[in-house]
Formats: sequence, structure tokens, C-alpha cells
Amino acid sequence: MCGIVGLYLKNDKYESELGKLFAPMLIAMTERGPDSAGFAVYGDAVEDGIKLTLRHEDENYDWAALAKDIEKALDTKVNWFQNSKVAVFKVGVDAEKVEEYLEENHDDVLIMSSGKSIEILKEVGLPERIVDMFNLGNMKGSHIVGHTRMATESAVTMAGSHPFSTGLDLCLVHNGSFSNHNRLRKELQREGIEFNTENDTEVAAGYLTYRLEQGDSLNEALENALKTLDGFYTLTIGTKDGFAVVRDPIACKPAVIAETDDYVAMASEYQALTTLPGIEDAKVWEPEPARIYVWERNGN
Amino acid sequence: MSTNNLAEQTAAFETINGVGTVDLAVQTVRDLNQALHDQHKEMTIEKWDVLNPKGHHNLAVGVNQKLKIDIHGPAGYYCAGMNQEAEITIHGHTGQGVAENMMSGLVRVKGNASSAAGATAHGGLLVIEGDAGSRCGISMKGVDILVKGSVGHMSCFMGQAGVLAVCGDAGEALGDSLYEAHIYVKGSVKSLGADCIEKEMRAEHIEELTELFERAGVTDQDPRDFKRYGSARQLYNFKVDNAGSY
Repeated sequence: MCGIVGLYLKNDKYESELGKLFAPMLIAMTERGPDSAGFAVYGDAVEDGIKLTLRHEDENYDWAALAKDIEKALDTKVNWFQNSKVAVFKVGVDAEKVEEYLEENHDDVLIMSSGKSIEILKEVGLPERIVDMFNLGNMKGSHIVGHTRMATESAVTMAGSHPFSTGLDLCLVHNGSFSNHNRLRKELQREGIEFNTENDTEVAAGYLTYRLEQGDSLNEALENALKTLDGFYTLTIGTKDGFAVVRDPIACKPAVIAETDDYVAMASEYQALTTLPGIEDAKVWEPEPARIYVWERNGN
Repeated sequence: MSTNNLAEQTAAFETINGVGTVDLAVQTVRDLNQALHDQHKEMTIEKWDVLNPKGHHNLAVGVNQKLKIDIHGPAGYYCAGMNQEAEITIHGHTGQGVAENMMSGLVRVKGNASSAAGATAHGGLLVIEGDAGSRCGISMKGVDILVKGSVGHMSCFMGQAGVLAVCGDAGEALGDSLYEAHIYVKGSVKSLGADCIEKEMRAEHIEELTELFERAGVTDQDPRDFKRYGSARQLYNFKVDNAGSY
């Protein structure tokens, strides 16, 4: 069992309150997932260069020194801020350059996400603790997806918690389990996809990364995922401009969607939606099995 | 001891104009269900209002009395499960397994219902005014279910007895491995499950549907617009030759 929640704003009315609206949604799913929690928030986009979410085990890690190193080595400007064990770095060069530099010179720094606007934050512990740790209530942005985990397939660790990064500005959260993840992991490793954990969701994330690298659109990648991933699942995929929801063809894992003029919200259970403004008059329904739902501001 | 119990019970709800009122913004689901169960032996309050349900699970479960219960908002999983005798109305949507294992009484959902509505229910009437999700009426054992909207895939799977009437469309694999439940659908059926076939609509079936619509208070449907589906009785357990295997 796990809990998934997502909130996508159709306009800028609630952008400054995104975190405030989302925090109770994540906490409401505590009983579905008390092990660990995380979220991917989209906002504060960089125009040029790349935004990275970096993590270091040492809470007193010298991020300022790292920023200086990067500036010097890559001859660029770095803007950064720290949030608990995580720091958000905005760097004026391509993602690949920074990632390569970090891997070669600072392999103790973990890259949680990279993109123009995504920030992935996750830790072990009760959702309420994670909400407080990262000060979620004050976050602004256009959309956010989150996850509360009750581990079944692999260990309770930060790396095994969701969301999983699946590429630039892309992430995945999952409720359910995959039965063919071991074989699929091996197949993907042969194609050059790297994995850091024994987690089944990481395999699904790796699969999407692989399909997108092969030139699939997000829709095509999800169509292929429906054919390839065996198991039961509800997936929510965060994209630069919105999010997508997919359930397996049997649809054993729950999902409910609520839509108003101002937002689309999804959750594993309706309980997580009750604190949203105007929820009483929202259109509320259960997404159909094996159907890909996508909401994006710049619609495609 | 008994005084203490009484004090606890009265704290669990308020009586407003003779209506037992449980506000789930203040009281717990346990308070609600205990207050309803306390009516089993002797009914002292007939009408009940449940306020601020906010998608809580297990609301009004295991009621065994002719109570009239109004749940004012959306409910979570297993709402009105195991109901006997009570008339329960949900003024909102419901999560999985509404009225699962109902024995008798009436459960009415004003909104949509999630999967497994009326699962394994033995009796009574379940009316869903919106759509129902997948596996509606799975393994139903005598309940009558009327869905004014559409139902999802695998509905009436292994249905044993009772009626499932759908005024909208039905999803994939309707009536798979069906026993003796009667299925009526007005709209399209995406596909029929194993051993489920369309059957002739005879006078007795028009009568059955007419009577169901009357009980459900539905006046805008004509039974003649519906098609009937049932078991072809070709699966293993219907073959007398297999009886000797046991």
C-alpha cells in the first residue's frame, strides 16, 4: 500500500499557495504510507541553464564551496539555496556538463532531479515530518506530485522512496508493485540505463527514461509502459507543464480525480482532497483502467 | 458502570429535532458506528444525520435496524457495508465497496461509486445515481443493483443471484463466469465475459425491471429499452459429467 497525491493548477490563482494546499493532501495519506514521503514541486523555473536538486548525507556540507567549484570549473554562474540536506543549484550551463562534473569530482553528492523547474525532495519518516523538514507549506509553483510509502518490494531508504526522477523535469510516483521488474531491470541495464536500488518503481522510471531517449513522446512512452510493465499500479508522472495519470488494465489500485476551473487534483483516496478550495462543487471521478490522462498548461 | 457507558454514548452524538446527529469533524467513525449499533435492540431514534464525512472509511457499517441515515457528503471505502434493514443515503460519492455484503435494506448513492459496489451482497437494494467503477456487483448473491449511469469492467463477475440493471453502458467482460444473476443494460456493452450471453427479453423480465424501477423510485426509464444478459451455463461447474469428480 502507498499513497499518491498530485495537484496541478490550471491558472495562477493559487500559485503562491501551492505548498499550503498540498501539505494536508500528503499528510492525509499517512495511513497508506508512513515509512517515507516525498514530492516533486514545479516552479521558479530557470530560463537558461539548468536547475538541479542535490543532496548530501552531511547536513553541514559546504554547499557554498561546491557552488564556487562549479563556477570555476565550468566558467559559469551558480545561484543556490539550501533546504535541509538538500540544495537547489541553478547553473548557467547544460545539465550534462554539470552532472558529468559532479560525477567525476564530487561523487558523494547525489543528484535528485534536474530540469528547468523540477525539485525532488524526499526522506524517510512520517509525511508530516517531511512536510515540516522541507517547509512545504511555503512553496510556490504550478504543480506538484507526492507520495507516501509503505514499502513492500524493497528497503525503507531515502533512495527507495518516491518520486523517482525519469529525465529532465520528469518524475514518477507509484502505488502498487511490478512483477517483472527484475528481468526488465537487466534488459534496461544492457541498454545502458543505471539503477541505484532494488526498487521496482525505479525500474518503471528507468523504462520511461529509456523510451523517451528512444524518441517516444510522453504518451507513446506510457502506451509502451502499459504493454511492458506487468503488475498492478497507479502511476502519476510529473512533467514540466503538468502531470499524467495511468492505471493498469485491471485497476486494483485506487485513484480519484477532482477537477474545478482552477485545478486538477488526484489522490489514492478522496480523503486527501477534502481540504481543497471548492472541492464540494468539483467534478469527481475515478480514472478508467489503461487510459492515459494528461493535464498540461501548454497542452499537447 | 452503566451510567458511565450512558454518559459516553450520549457524548457521541447530538439529537437535533429528534434526529441523531453525528458530526465527524468533532466525533469519530467509532462514535458513529457505535451510536448506530446501540439502536439494534431497541430503536429509540429512527433518523440519523452524518455531517462532514469527508471521505472517511467504514461509515454506517454493520447497521441492523430500520434506521434512516443520511450521510451529507462523500464517503470512503465500505460505506454501509453489511447493512441490514436500514435506509442509507449518501449525498455524495463513495469509495470502494459501498454496501458490500448488504443483507437487506436500501442504500442510495447520489453521486458516483468506486469499484466493487455491492460486492457479495445477499439482499436489499443498492441504487447508484451516478456511475459505478469496475467490478460492480462482483459475486453478488441476491442483492438488486440499479446504476443510473455506467459500470466499469468485470461487473457482475461470478454473479450468483439478484439483478444488476445499468441505464448507461457496461465496460469490458460483463458477467464473466456468471451463475444465476440477471443483468440488464440499456446502453452499449464493451464486451461480454466468459460464458455470458445476450438473452431474450420476455414478459417476466419486463415485469422484473418494472418492479425494480418502482422500488428504486426511478420514473424516467422504460424496461423495453434494455437488453438482458445471462449465463450460457457452458463452464465446467455447469456440466453434470463433472459432478462425479468430487
